[in-house]
Amino acid sequence: MIKITLNFIAVIILLCANCFASSQEPPKQEIWPFDGMFGRFDKQAIQRGFQVYKEVCSVCHSLSLVSYRNLEEVGFSKEEVTSLAAEYQVTDGPNDKGEMFQRPGKPYDRFVPPFPNEEAARAANDGAYPPDLSLIIKARADGANYVHAILNGYNHKVPDDFKLTDGTYYNPYFPGMQIKMPPPLSDNIVTYQDGTVATVEQMSEDVVNFLQWTAEPEMEARKNMGLKAIVYLLILTIFFYVAKSRIWVKIDKKIK
Amino acid sequence: MSKIKKTIDWVDYRLPIFTFLKHLGEYRTPRNLSYLWNLGSIAGIALVLQILTGIFLAMHYSPDAATAFDSVENIMRNVNYGWLIRYMHAVGASTFFFVVYVHISRGMYYGSFKSPREMVWFMGLLIFLTMMATAFMGYVLPWGQMSFWGATVITSLFSAVPVFGENIVQWLWGGFAVGGPTLNRFFALHYLLPFIIVAIVMLHLVALHVHGSNNPTGVEVKSRSDTIPFHPYYTIKDFFGFAVYGILFAYFVFYQPNYLGHPDNYIPANPMVTPEHIVPEWYFLPFYAILRSIPDKLAGVITMFGSIFVLFFLPWLDSCKVRSGAYRPKFKIFFWLFIFDVVLLGYIGGNPPEGIYIILGQFGTFYYFLHFFVILPLLGKYEKTLPLPKSISNAL
Amino acid sequence: MTKIVKKSKKKEITRRDFILLTASAMAAVGGASCVWPLIDSMNPSSDVLALASVEVDLDPIPVGQTIRVLWRGKPVFVRHRTPENIAEAINTDWQKLRDPQPDSARVKPGHEQWLIMIGVCTHLGCIPIDDPNGEYHGWFCPCHGSVYDTAGRIRQGPAPLNLILPDYKFITDNKIKIG
Repeated sequence: MIKITLNFIAVIILLCANCFASSQEPPKQEIWPFDGMFGRFDKQAIQRGFQVYKEVCSVCHSLSLVSYRNLEEVGFSKEEVTSLAAEYQVTDGPNDKGEMFQRPGKPYDRFVPPFPNEEAARAANDGAYPPDLSLIIKARADGANYVHAILNGYNHKVPDDFKLTDGTYYNPYFPGMQIKMPPPLSDNIVTYQDGTVATVEQMSEDVVNFLQWTAEPEMEARKNMGLKAIVYLLILTIFFYVAKSRIWVKIDKKIK
Repeated sequence: MSKIKKTIDWVDYRLPIFTFLKHLGEYRTPRNLSYLWNLGSIAGIALVLQILTGIFLAMHYSPDAATAFDSVENIMRNVNYGWLIRYMHAVGASTFFFVVYVHISRGMYYGSFKSPREMVWFMGLLIFLTMMATAFMGYVLPWGQMSFWGATVITSLFSAVPVFGENIVQWLWGGFAVGGPTLNRFFALHYLLPFIIVAIVMLHLVALHVHGSNNPTGVEVKSRSDTIPFHPYYTIKDFFGFAVYGILFAYFVFYQPNYLGHPDNYIPANPMVTPEHIVPEWYFLPFYAILRSIPDKLAGVITMFGSIFVLFFLPWLDSCKVRSGAYRPKFKIFFWLFIFDVVLLGYIGGNPPEGIYIILGQFGTFYYFLHFFVILPLLGKYEKTLPLPKSISNAL
Repeated sequence: MTKIVKKSKKKEITRRDFILLTASAMAAVGGASCVWPLIDSMNPSSDVLALASVEVDLDPIPVGQTIRVLWRGKPVFVRHRTPENIAEAINTDWQKLRDPQPDSARVKPGHEQWLIMIGVCTHLGCIPIDDPNGEYHGWFCPCHGSVYDTAGRIRQGPAPLNLILPDYKFITDNKIKIG
């Protein structure tokens, strides 16, 4: 008995051990429209977030797993998607002469990356590699809150005992608390087409909504199907339990 | 005679499938089996689900290092219901292990491994070992950071083998590090091994049917009144079990598909960057903790494999003449202590090997082997067991 | 006594039948909803469907030239027919052909100079060679000697059918969309 209790207390203490380690701040927990069993995509927010990605983030960050045609899922029309894709130059080929050539983008093309490869990206960013954002929310623990916290985390004063490396910025939500990305957002850096005021907070929220969609485009279909599946299974479980009890009634009675 | 009956007789005379099914239905089973006895059939369903979803995933997956990660994302984004099949396969592996772990625990508590069922137990352990190999290789296939580095850590263990270690590892890798050749062969083997599991499951069931199932009292069937026919009693109970398993499974697949996984595996594999904490999937964590608890590499590997191989000797280590833990009050306490120890080891395995986790991991490993080599034999010799019922019917 | 036993047995049977029927029905629904995603996953995925149509600019193709365009994994022949080609195609006694089709059924009205066909021989699938100087001034399949005319109709050799026409339309006079 004592052994068990001592073990138990030890485990509890261990569970708290991490609380005192000085490492990155855990991100603030926000409430997102896509949270929970009945979470949905806020298509307006996603469209605004896409605008932020397009005008700000895409300078350094690729979105290579998404195709332009996917934007139809969040409320853009076929024409809007076609003209958007055509704004970009896509490398295609080889042509009949054996050369690679540039052509305007088509809806079926993937988002054109800002750099042709990782080496070029590093060269242009002082050795740091701006990661592809398609899956970023799934690729980080508590991804949505994490991305939101980073985007809003630049205005913390550097603590006196913290040595900030040259060329980095203090951000307590990033591992190591210094990040090479300069603060990407500032108020009104983007003019939203729907008139929403583009504060850093607003833009970071919209970007998170957008990136949640790029990471899990199937989310709404998944949660809808989940509801149907679980309701069906609950009914099936109750039914089979009743059937089992009915069939076992003779055997169970004998036990009594 | 109806046409159907004529067809059945024609087939049955040449290949007695229908006689076999009829026998299965009439097969006498102990009447007092609890819901813990559902887990075997549920594990069977889990295996079938893994094979089905796996085959359809393999239709779209590319085992080439340059395209593997993208092929999985293609399944998630473009293949019709691809996300569903992928999540079912990933979550299914976890629920499969969970069911098997409870199934093994049932066996350990009720003495199902004891004579005359040692071969059932051995076949079961072979299934478990094959499952572990299959799951390990399967996790490498998406070619994420955890896939790559988990493969690197675990395959590197074989370099601990004296003299031939380096050669063995390079042979496993097909190169000087985990890479394309490794991925390709892991895919081939990952596709093959589940069918080996099916074969061993059949042996497991044949061995089981020789002496029949154990039961919660541990007292063998003495007369017909101790038993009931498998159909309809256990068939309907099994269906109920499948439905409950379905709910648990569906919850994770549809609402928390990545909860049991690791975010780092959504980062494409990068041989130049090691993740901060390399962790295997949860079902390997206790063994990972045991591995890391021994400072010497070779000794750590031997201890880790030893922790599984010790289970083969359980029928002789747990020497108590009384089969079921229900009549062994002291054993009950130590059984739960053992379970707690394994869960603790799992928790330790998920944490970095620093600070208090080191000493705790060593203690947990020590206690694990203490349970098998000291506690169980001593209990077998000296425990005062409760009086057994005369029969299953008597115990009701 | 027997009467009562018989009665309860009958009730028991119907209840059991009900359980069996409902269980089978629910299992069937469950089974079908599990099986359908697996089967549907084998259908072309959305990225394959996105490539299902291709636009071709006809401007750069001079008279008498044939180009090949990749569409749905197969070559499509786009020939800018000469007036002689067109005349030959129209003036054939098409009713006597193996696969009878008038030229008008193989081109779009107002665009008779453009012949657009899937370049896969209807015999066993090889790709015929452009053969404007051959006997029928059309195409020749090197595998087993099938010969197609200036409307892509089979004239000689083992192929059973004329070259298949894809689904296409003229977006402008100089641009077509195939698929």
